[in-house]
This record gives sequence, structure tokens and C-alpha cells, in this order.
Amino acid sequence: MSRIPRVLTILLLAGLGGFLTKPEAFAALFRPFAPGDTPPIYAQTPLLTLAVNHLLLVAAATLAASLLAVGFAVVATRPAGRDVLPFARAVANLGQTFPPVAVLALAVPVVGFGTVPTLIALVLYGLLPIFETALTSLSGLDPALREAARGLGLTGRQRLVQVELPLALPMIVSGIRVSAVIGLATATLGSTVAASTLGEVIVSGLLTGNTAYVLQGGLTVAALAIVVDAGFRVLQRKAARRAGFPS
Amino acid sequence: MIELAQVSRSFGARPVVTDVSLRVATGAILTVVGTSGSGKTTLLRMINRLVEPSTGTIRVAGRDVRSVAPHVLRRGIGYAIQGHGLFPHRTVAENIGTVPHLLGWDRRRIAARVDELLGLFRLDPALYRDRLPGALSGGEQQRIGVARALAAEPPILLMDEPFGALDPIIRGRAQEDLLAIQRRYGTTIVLVTHDMDEALRLGDRIAVMDAGRLVQEASPAALIGAPATDFVRLLLGGRDRAFQLMALRVVDELVEPGAAPGEPIPVGTSVRAALAESLWSRRAALPVSRDGVILGRVTRAALEAEGAEP
Amino acid sequence: MTWIRPDPGGRPPGLIRSGVDPLGSVFAAFIALSVLALPLMTARPNRIAEGTSLMAWSALPSGHALALGGVLGLAAPLLALRVAPRLRVAAGAAALLLLCLTAGWAADHLTAPGDRYARVSPDAGWWLAFVSAGLALGDGLARLRPGPGVRIALLAAGALLTGLALGSGFWDQLSVLREYASRSDTFGREVRTHAGLALSSVAAATAIGIPAAILARPVPALRTALLAVLNVVQTIPSMALFGMLIAPLAWIGRTVPGAAGLGIAGIGAAPAFVALFAYALLPVAAATVAGLEAVPGPVRDAARGVGMTGRQCLFQVELPLARPAILTGVRIVLVQNIGLAVIAGLVGGGGLGVFVFQGISQNAGDLVLLGALPTVALAGAAAILLDAVIDASRLREQRP
Repeated sequence: MSRIPRVLTILLLAGLGGFLTKPEAFAALFRPFAPGDTPPIYAQTPLLTLAVNHLLLVAAATLAASLLAVGFAVVATRPAGRDVLPFARAVANLGQTFPPVAVLALAVPVVGFGTVPTLIALVLYGLLPIFETALTSLSGLDPALREAARGLGLTGRQRLVQVELPLALPMIVSGIRVSAVIGLATATLGSTVAASTLGEVIVSGLLTGNTAYVLQGGLTVAALAIVVDAGFRVLQRKAARRAGFPS
Repeated sequence: MIELAQVSRSFGARPVVTDVSLRVATGAILTVVGTSGSGKTTLLRMINRLVEPSTGTIRVAGRDVRSVAPHVLRRGIGYAIQGHGLFPHRTVAENIGTVPHLLGWDRRRIAARVDELLGLFRLDPALYRDRLPGALSGGEQQRIGVARALAAEPPILLMDEPFGALDPIIRGRAQEDLLAIQRRYGTTIVLVTHDMDEALRLGDRIAVMDAGRLVQEASPAALIGAPATDFVRLLLGGRDRAFQLMALRVVDELVEPGAAPGEPIPVGTSVRAALAESLWSRRAALPVSRDGVILGRVTRAALEAEGAEP
Repeated sequence: MTWIRPDPGGRPPGLIRSGVDPLGSVFAAFIALSVLALPLMTARPNRIAEGTSLMAWSALPSGHALALGGVLGLAAPLLALRVAPRLRVAAGAAALLLLCLTAGWAADHLTAPGDRYARVSPDAGWWLAFVSAGLALGDGLARLRPGPGVRIALLAAGALLTGLALGSGFWDQLSVLREYASRSDTFGREVRTHAGLALSSVAAATAIGIPAAILARPVPALRTALLAVLNVVQTIPSMALFGMLIAPLAWIGRTVPGAAGLGIAGIGAAPAFVALFAYALLPVAAATVAGLEAVPGPVRDAARGVGMTGRQCLFQVELPLARPAILTGVRIVLVQNIGLAVIAGLVGGGGLGVFVFQGISQNAGDLVLLGALPTVALAGAAAILLDAVIDASRLREQRP
């Protein structure tokens, strides 16, 4: 993965902020894509409200997924959790085969429509990238380092908190980043099961054949994802510097 | 055989090799010594055009290397590197057979050559042929790396720290193997190392590199006897020059008629080992033998004289 | 994937050892809890009526309920104890098999003969038990570390068993299969469309992404630009990308001569194919770049040093060494696209998404399942199959 130049990201952020607070100002831009004289800007729910709901949903899901995934990875890499490790790896591997749409679709019959199935799908799907990177970085730690920490007399908990987690943090943050970006895109699907997200704009556009809406929803989510991705990359670099990795 | 004339190379604005001129005679071993960053590896890699010189010319067997396509040139020059660079997805036999295969040898000839080389390196062909590099020890991998470099019987062999990753005992054996093979095929060898002892042991001539420049090029004895700069002196380790010099020579020329007590030493013993034996057994003179026949004796005074500044 | 063997010296050999297995106990507890404390099945008088949740003992004839209780009562303790992986696999498989049988028995039991409107479907307890038993079986298999061939054989056996059960009509009274019965004419076509979309888009992305990555890799600026553009494509939500392509493809279909004949149009499979292709490009290209970058420096150096030309070095050394990484990229993309192809149902592209979105709009959970379950099965099978292929291609390098 390569990153987008910082100037572009800042421009994008400014454009996004402007569009969400004053979408009417951009009407002329979307006019050519709206059929006939339908309004070119989605107005049933304010775009800002949808964007905030979208972000909150993804933030909550990513937070929950991070806590669960890192917790599992820590347990699976402790000496007592050794038996769990092969299974955990296999689940992380196979779990990725569950398509997000299918998770969403399978959750609906069990918990009904609305925000809850979307949240479940987002958490389940968000777990895997974080779990995988946390597991890889915690179990891939240089054995000499672990030995040195033991030799210096650090207890198991001290080794985890002072050595293993700080060194694994950059990788874990990169897992959270991937998870959040996937979550932002996946959350749009939530609107097919009546969750309030930016997907509502896209679905409305698809149903009425209004490409302007599809573009608005799609580009807003993409811009959010790029900005969030850039934000996490900054955190990732900070964590890497703290861990003493050459940047 | 190999001639470098005013060769320089810079990477961007940074000069790595500056104005080096050298000659390596056919069938000789030149060792290139220097600290890391001295430009010795770049110098070596310019000979087979893995790096192109910025200025200057390099000739191999009288021909400017630029007149030959790089891959064709390289197929005629053996190349062995530290960490051996074996292809992990190919068996030992396939690795050794790489260049013969590129040269279009037929299958039977390649197989025969592979077995011959494995035998030469004291590896049982039946046992090793079909193994993958990952299943070999470091010493075995290194020998396969050198065997691959020699597969097409190249007249020239370039080696970059080939024994760098080996422990002292395996390294000593690998060095012996290399000398034996060099004598057998008469290969011209350029070997890069940071280890002065290795350079002294293997080289007919030694080139010392410092900060991209060639500071001295001489025979081992001349280098020890008259280091050109403080840097060369530093590399030689300063104080025990006398012993380094003694280690290079054997006792044969010091033999004089006469008798001496105790066990004889073989005529090929180094001056250094003979002196140590004389001190240890408290004998002022030692009998010298060749194939069990006593040739005469060598005195401690004669041995000691060999350690004096030439 | 690397596996860490449990400490070999720590335990005496044998099928059953002393002590409790922590992970296995969790599975056992979930299985017991879900069957004893949660409703096993739901029965509804018709498709849209409110359902009644039934516990195991009221959903099954007493003999069958005893059989279920007996097998699960034997399997759960086995899973909870420290037993040999083989025994663990057997217990998990037995529990799974019995749950599958239970669904059929319950459906027969709860449906009056000739009643074509009643709907019987698994409830929370059944699903939880099914997932727990499946995970327990997976855990046992993970501890056995079967080779690629065995894994493919197990996959084939599972597919064969499922096929036999479906063919025999054993589950026909289940709600999902009632939905199938009323759509049996289109189901096969939609499965083929779905698989076709996923496979063809991945094939196209592989055919274009790998050469593009090989060509772009030596030029840092080009490589960065390629990956950055493909990266941005990944951030566009799938629904939007599918939707955005409708208008331009409709325009191409109308204006470019011959395009319509190739199936390029605003509705149908074309936007779905293009979108899936676009999503597949980045992982394939990135995996190729990463795989080539991971070739050790000395190996590359040696290849050039022994006189290989650039092409020989690429085909004889770099690509063979990068193959597992590239295959892993293809596997990720294939599994991802089998899932994403569901979205095609939203833009008239067909596939199993048709059932999913129809089900969502009709508030019919069983119809959603009719689309979702085959999708998950396809994705899982593709993952197991390709993982086995990747492992087999790695094995040669690890052979002692």
C-alpha cells in the first residue's frame, strides 16, 4: 500500500468539509449526472448527519474489534494459550472468507433490521485484519529479544507491556487502519438493512437511477476513507518511531 | 589476465572507488582487503559488470569487458558471494548446474560435472544431489555456492567474502579446499575479504583498499615487511608482524646439514610452527624430514632470523 | 502458515489424557448451553407469520431428541478434556453431523403431512451449536495439521455429503429449501452467474495485474503511482462503484459500434464485472510487487552474477520464488470477489445477491439465507482449495 501525498489529503479534507456543510454549493457539479430535473443533491436526510452516523458506527465497531482482537491475540501468544494458537490462526484465515455482505445478510434473520446487524457485521469483519496483524507481530517477535527480557528479570506481564506490545504496536495500528477503511466501505451496505449511513444516498440513487446520488455517496465515503487512512498512517509512523524502527 | 586501468566509480556524488589500477596474473590469487565501505566489493563487481565503472577500463584476457554483453561475460566468470545466494527453489544439482544449463550443455554432461564437483567438495553426490539449499548446513551451502561458481570451469573466479559467515574450523577447511581446487584448475581468483589473516593465507598478492583508493598492492611478505601506510599497519594488527611473516614461510630453505635430537618436523612446516615447537620442547635445533627421510636440521637462531624486518 | 506444536515433552501419549482443555471446554459449554437453554427450531404457519420458538425436546420426536442428547452428551465431554486431536475431530464431526440430521428430523416432525405453507427453520440454539461444533472440528483439524491433499479430500467429502443430503430430499421440509423449491428454475443460473462473475473478474485481474506489476516494479515512481491509484479504487464502496459504472457503460454500449454485441451495457453483468475487476487489481498487483521485492538480495545478485539475462532471472528465479505470495494475493481476491459479487444483485447483474436483496426487501430471512449460505460455502471452498494449492507450492522449498 502506498500513501497519498499530504497536500492532496489536506485538500481532500477541506473539500469534504465544505461539501458536507454546504452541499448545495456543489449542485452544479452533480447536475449533469441527475436525470431530468430531479434535484442533483440528496436532501431527504442532511449529508452531514449521515456522515456523522456513518463515522460513529464505524468508530464504535473498530474500537470494539480492536479491543477484542488484540485481547485474543495476546491470549493466543501467552505460554498458556499455546494450544489455542493453531486454531486462532486457522480461524483468522478462514474468517476472512466470510464476505461482509454475507455476514450482514446472516445477521438480519437473527437480530432483525437496523443498526445492530450492521454493527455486528462491522465488528466481526473488522476483527480479522487486526487479529491477524496483532498475532503476526506478537508471535513473530525476535526470540532473542524475548530471551533478553526474560534474562533481565521481567515478569510475563512486564514483558508484554514493556517489550512486546510497544514493538507490535505499529503493526497493530496498521491492522486497525485496514479494518477501519474496510469498515467505512462496508458500512454503506448497512443501509440495505435500514441502518442510517451514507449508503442510504447510494441506494436511493440506485433505486431511482440517479447517478448523481450514487456519486455523492460513493465519493464521500471514499474521501472519508482516504482521510481516515492518512490519519492512521500518521499514528502508525509515530508508533514506529517510538518503537525505534527506522522510518 | 585481469587488468584495471584508472578505474573509478561514484554513486551519485559519492565516490566509492577512485582511480584504481591493478593487474592480476593468470592463475594467481589476488585478495582485496579493506574495512566495510572501502569500495572493495564495488571493485570486484565491476569486473563482471554487475557495476559499471564511471571512468577507466577493465580488461579480461586482453578484451575490454564492455565489448561483451554482460550476461555472456558473467557466464565465463565464476561468482561466489557471502550468504552464498543459492536459489532456494532449486535442488543442489540444479543450483550447481545453473551456468552449464545457461550455456546449453547437454543433460548428461551437466550431471557428470555436478557429481564431480560434489566429490571435489567432499559431499556424497547420491546424498546431496536432490536436496534443497534450505536443508543444508551453513558450511554445506557455502561449498555448494563455490561449486556453482566453478561449474562451467571458468578461468576466473570472483569471490565476495565467501567464507564470512562460517565458524573458524569450517572456514579453515573451506580455505584449504579452495587452494586445492585453484591448484587443480589453475583458476585466476579475485577474493574480497575484511579479514587480513585470510587475505595473507590465500593471496599470492594482496590489495589493500581504503576509502575507495588502492593504498598498497604487494606480496604477503612485502606487505608485512613494509606496510605503505598506517592504515595497512592497523589492518595487519601492528605488534605481531614478526609472527605473521614467519607464518608465511616454510622451513625448507633454512635446512642445514647436521643432526638434532628428538622427533623430526616435516619440511613443509611453517617457520612459526617450527619456532613454537623448538621453544616448547626446549631444543635449540630440530631435525627436518621429507617423507620420513632426515634432510638435516634447522636451528632456532635461523628460525628467529626469519622474523626480522626484511 | 506456521503451526506451533504443543510442547511434545509436556504430556504423556495416548488418546485421553488427564486435565481440561481450555478451548475445547468453551466449545463444549457453548454446545451444551445452546441445545439446553436456547430454542432449537422455529415453526411458522406460513412464510410471513410470526414464529414459535421450540426447545429441542419439543421440536423433535422423543427418540430423535434422545439420540441428539446422547451424541452431544458424549461429544461435549470429549471436547472439554485433553484428548488426542483425532478424537477431537471425531467428536466435532459427530456433533456436526447430528445437528444436520436434527434439522431434517425436526422439519419432518413439525410439518403436518401435505402442509405446503408451514415453515420450519433453525433457531438461535441450532445455529450456535452448529457454529460451535464447526469450530471444534476446525480446532481438531488444525491440531492434526493435515497436508494439502488431505484437506482437499475433506473438502470434497463434505461437499459430497451435503450434495447427497440435498439430493435425497432429506431437508426438503426446511424453510430455506422451500424457498429454493419455488425458485429452483433460476437458482442454478444465478449460481453460475455468481461464480462466473467472480472467476472471470479474478482471471482478468490476474492476467493484467501481474504483468503490470512486473513492468512497473523497476520504476519506483511508476510503482508508487500504480499502487496509489489502485489503493484509491479500493476505498470506493462497492455499491457505489457498481452504480457509478452503469452510466458510462450504458453510454459505451449505445455509442461504440459492436460494444453492445459484447454484452457491454449499463445494466446486467458488465458493470458488475468491471467493478469486481477493479477491486481485484490492487491485491494482485500489490502481492506481485511484494513477492518480487521479497526475493533475497544475494539470490538476485547471484542470478545476475552467474550470467542470467533479465528475462531468465525473472522467469527462472524471481517469479518462482514470488509464486506463493502471488497465489496468496489471488486467493484473497477470489474469496473477496465471491463475496462482493453479491452486490451485483443490486444493480441487475444477477448472481446470488438477487436472493439476498429480494429477501431483505421482502423481510424474508429464509430467502436471504438462500443467497447467503451458498455464497459463504463457495467462498470457503475457494479458500480451502487455494490454501491447499499454495501450501503444496511451498512444500517443495521446505522439504527436508
